[in-house]
Amino acid sequence: MDVAIVLKILIAAVAAGTPFVYAALGELVAEKSGVLNLGVEGMMLVGAITGFIAMAKTGSLLLAVASGMTAGMLMAAIFGVLTLTLMANQVASGLALTIFGIGLSAFLGLNYTSIALPGIPELPIPLLSDIPVLGKLFFSYDILVYGSLALFLLVSWFLYKTRAGLILRGIGETPKSAHALGYNVIRIRYLAVLFGGAMAGLGGVYLSVAYTPVWVEGMVAGRGWVSLALVVFATWRPLRVLFGAYLFGAITIAQFHVQGLGIDIPSQLLSMLPYLATILVLVVISRDLTAIRLNSPASLGITYHPENQ
Amino acid sequence: MGLLQAHCPGAAGTNVKTNNIQLIIRLLIPLGAVLLALLIGAVMLLSLGADPVSGYATMFRAAFGSLDGFSETAIKSIPLLLVGVGICIAFRANVINIGGEGQMVIGALLSTTAALAFPDLPSLVLIPVVLLAGAVGGAFWGAIAGALKAWFNVSEILSTIMLNIVAVQFMNFLLRGPMMDPAEVARGTGIPQTMRLSPNADLPILIEGMRIHLGVVIALGVAIGAYFLLWRTSMGFRLRAVGYNPDASRYAGISVPKNITAALAFSGAMAGIAGAILVFGSESHRMVTDGSSMGFTGSAGFNGIVVALLAGLHPLWSIPSALLFGGMLVGANALQRAAQVPSALIIALNGLIVVFVVSSEYFKQRAIPTIRVDGEMDGAEEGGANNG
Repeated sequence: MDVAIVLKILIAAVAAGTPFVYAALGELVAEKSGVLNLGVEGMMLVGAITGFIAMAKTGSLLLAVASGMTAGMLMAAIFGVLTLTLMANQVASGLALTIFGIGLSAFLGLNYTSIALPGIPELPIPLLSDIPVLGKLFFSYDILVYGSLALFLLVSWFLYKTRAGLILRGIGETPKSAHALGYNVIRIRYLAVLFGGAMAGLGGVYLSVAYTPVWVEGMVAGRGWVSLALVVFATWRPLRVLFGAYLFGAITIAQFHVQGLGIDIPSQLLSMLPYLATILVLVVISRDLTAIRLNSPASLGITYHPENQ
Repeated sequence: MGLLQAHCPGAAGTNVKTNNIQLIIRLLIPLGAVLLALLIGAVMLLSLGADPVSGYATMFRAAFGSLDGFSETAIKSIPLLLVGVGICIAFRANVINIGGEGQMVIGALLSTTAALAFPDLPSLVLIPVVLLAGAVGGAFWGAIAGALKAWFNVSEILSTIMLNIVAVQFMNFLLRGPMMDPAEVARGTGIPQTMRLSPNADLPILIEGMRIHLGVVIALGVAIGAYFLLWRTSMGFRLRAVGYNPDASRYAGISVPKNITAALAFSGAMAGIAGAILVFGSESHRMVTDGSSMGFTGSAGFNGIVVALLAGLHPLWSIPSALLFGGMLVGANALQRAAQVPSALIIALNGLIVVFVVSSEYFKQRAIPTIRVDGEMDGAEEGGANNG
């Protein structure tokens, strides 16, 4: 019985962690190029409602994913124009993007609040999923969960094994030098920001189409902010983002099971736990100034002015 | 403006003429941002099949067209102004406080507790007590994030957001549990609200027959007080110095950690007062939520940021800014009733206004390449260039 419950929690934790995997990996790439986009929450919301509408209208998951990603990218493009072309402050622009996204998504979703989607089917991998215990734990998720793992591999490979990834990281460290070497800092940062937006949108689509397939205003419920925290938690490393996302997912899911075990704690107090844990983890990670300095992109959040160089 | 101007290389140039131009631009930019947002809002209204002209006319009439409407607008503006002024203080110390929501909630909870504990105190004592309790609660909640940033290097952006969620859940727990109205418990209806709080704590109505209450005066007083704090006291000077250049401040003997914590505590205190006023200036005279994150605050903790940014992070300019957004809230309700236009439209417009204000910095810098630094109304341009 215990194994069954643990297994159930772990499987649910992977599903709960998947939106974070998408959004945080996207943000990681943007931050690695030196751009801090605080608009993740807004981009996720707009991605979630756009994907939801596409799914409700066409029933095609592919279209839902494509439109959610496009919407996230469009939101990111606004941010890009503000911070990269108009050289506005990244923090203020990110906040503006989130506030705009909250309103825009609520507006777009007006006629969709009473619809429930069927969700998307699990896609057990043949043979492998028949292995007892492990088969259920590793090989029987829906396609978007597998997609998030593929994204993790892609981002790790891109950042650390390709020349383009090296250039992107270089721009995040010292944009001046990259500029001097002839790289177009602004263009590469645009691409990184757009990628981040697409992934945040996709994370939103996973929420509204697969995880809880209904549209509720503000349904992202702080996950965009948690994704930002996860990037710091992971000290800007993809593998740790993956780990952090599932850990956060596990804490979120565990709270539902604590009460099932007969421990009498009010549910509201339990639902504080993931956020208190996040603060605690941030304290532990952030106080190590050397680790933060070594790992965080040196130019993160600083506006780059080509003409001043 | 530390937040809005990432780099402000040439902070020189001091003649009256630039001052005038600067003042005009200061006024033109917010107005332009609002107009552009309203223009896009008009397109959104059209897409809903509503007539933008009559729609906006409905909004304006509801918010500013009558004394009653203006009283509603003023009431809606109170929490926006208080949170916004708090944001001005925090952002000027280069501390990004996104925790207004949580600070309002904790302030309201502590002030409600005070009213429950001392219901028999006379009004003259109880009202200051509940307001002070609100300030203390909000300041405490803000100071947590401040101390975490100051001594543990935790990003206040992330910690304040997390603390918002914690505060809201704590409120839901208390209002459904220990602080729940005994009558609700007896009836079993389970609305998450407290009992009717002591009438001695009711904020007095200013004009007979209207809802406008003492909270308006308090909010205006706090805004003026914040202006003096920032530009007429050494405390304010230290806060701004730390925001402008922490290294130089440290060199000059100013404690950076203490001032960061103080900035978030001040900021939180104002949000806390806003929370208290929401409770004791409400018509039901109780603390009530619907369990959602905006159930109690109505998102004032976030919209206060919009107010402050539109006001160029200046406490006094925050007053018209808060009235504008308060009016938009009142107008949005009227529009919803009259033309079934959803109030979500207004939230999107708020976001757009910030987008335009933020982007206008670019053009502002183009228009006045040299920016004067001083401490008067038009001196709001100064601030921290350090964003690292």
